[in-house]
Amino acid sequence: MKKVLQLFLTFFKIGAFTLGGGYAMLSMVEKAVVDQKKWIPNDEFWDMIAVVQSLPGVFAVNTALYVGHRVAGVKGAFAAMLGAIIPSITIILLLATVFHEYRDNPVVERIFKGIRPCVVALILAPSLRMIKSAKVTWKTAIIPIATVFLIWWLKISPAYVILAAIAGSLIYALVIGRRTKDGGQKTEDREQKTEDEGPKMKGVLSPQSPVPGQEREEVKP
Amino acid sequence: MIYLQLLWVFVKIGVLGFGGGYAMLSLIQHEVVDHYAWMTTTEFADMVAISQMTPGPISINLATYVGYNTAGFGGSLLASFALCLPSIIMVYLILRLFMSKKNNTLMTNTLKGLKPAIAGLIFAAGLAMMNTQNFVDFGRGQYNISVIICVLAFVASYFFKANPIILIVLSGVVGYFAY
Repeated sequence: MKKVLQLFLTFFKIGAFTLGGGYAMLSMVEKAVVDQKKWIPNDEFWDMIAVVQSLPGVFAVNTALYVGHRVAGVKGAFAAMLGAIIPSITIILLLATVFHEYRDNPVVERIFKGIRPCVVALILAPSLRMIKSAKVTWKTAIIPIATVFLIWWLKISPAYVILAAIAGSLIYALVIGRRTKDGGQKTEDREQKTEDEGPKMKGVLSPQSPVPGQEREEVKP
Repeated sequence: MIYLQLLWVFVKIGVLGFGGGYAMLSLIQHEVVDHYAWMTTTEFADMVAISQMTPGPISINLATYVGYNTAGFGGSLLASFALCLPSIIMVYLILRLFMSKKNNTLMTNTLKGLKPAIAGLIFAAGLAMMNTQNFVDFGRGQYNISVIICVLAFVASYFFKANPIILIVLSGVVGYFAY
């Protein structure tokens, strides 16, 4: 029971004081859970974080659920999750009531007129950074472009686009998995190759994207 | 009825929200602004700004706010819980059943392939917010201050990794003096 309470308090503290989203939170969780409380060994923690990160949903909640469950079972999972979300819910509820009253205040309105274009920039910037970190080439650029086109231009629900992208990525991952398994000495080389042509498997995303293999002779500019 | 809609919308977002808070913005925007019109596009932008400046996950903040606005206190709790529900089930199943190395690699590779699409998703959310409601002086007057704010904030964020909170505060100050 003591552990359950400690989990709640640990994640409550993290939820109440970390600004800047999931990744800022992660180092605080590591400090509390791995270094101070020594609940989970370091390598196991990072192995599981890799898994948790690939799950959909709120990253902070997923992390809390995993740590809580690992330390104190189902009760621990719920305690950690509630600890992680109660601060945000409380703060937003307080702000929502206040914001309702002051939204039409001319000063507040002027401030927010300045803030809104900044928010647009703050959304566009990480998407471009993500394209960079995903190593998108000129050939695979079709994927983000098609995504933007489908959602923004054709107003197709992002839900369907995500489902199509998951299907494509899963096929891609299965192909990679099979090729690396039967690769002998040159596994690394092959993996590199499959990764290069892999995203093309996501042809499901858009009819324009080329059939895998067709572009092989093409030389990069 | 509104409770069922909230539950359905946020469970859906919880299931399909790959790639963290920003990636969920597009899904939330589509449901909450375009489909159900629970929020205007300016309110959405304001909430993203407020979420950036307050602690806690952006999607939980948005769920709480939307739930509160549409169905009061109960709605806010329901929407936040609905967002977490798929995670509860998935993390439990992962810990119980699928903790094998093979599945782990498959999942990591799938996510790797998903990344370019998620980047496009986030970009689309930003594009959808580029309208005259959020850029109030666009096409009017001689100085497009909103465009200048957006470009400068983008440069500061993308190239110099500036702290978003500082950028929001600065833009608010500029807005106060400019409008």
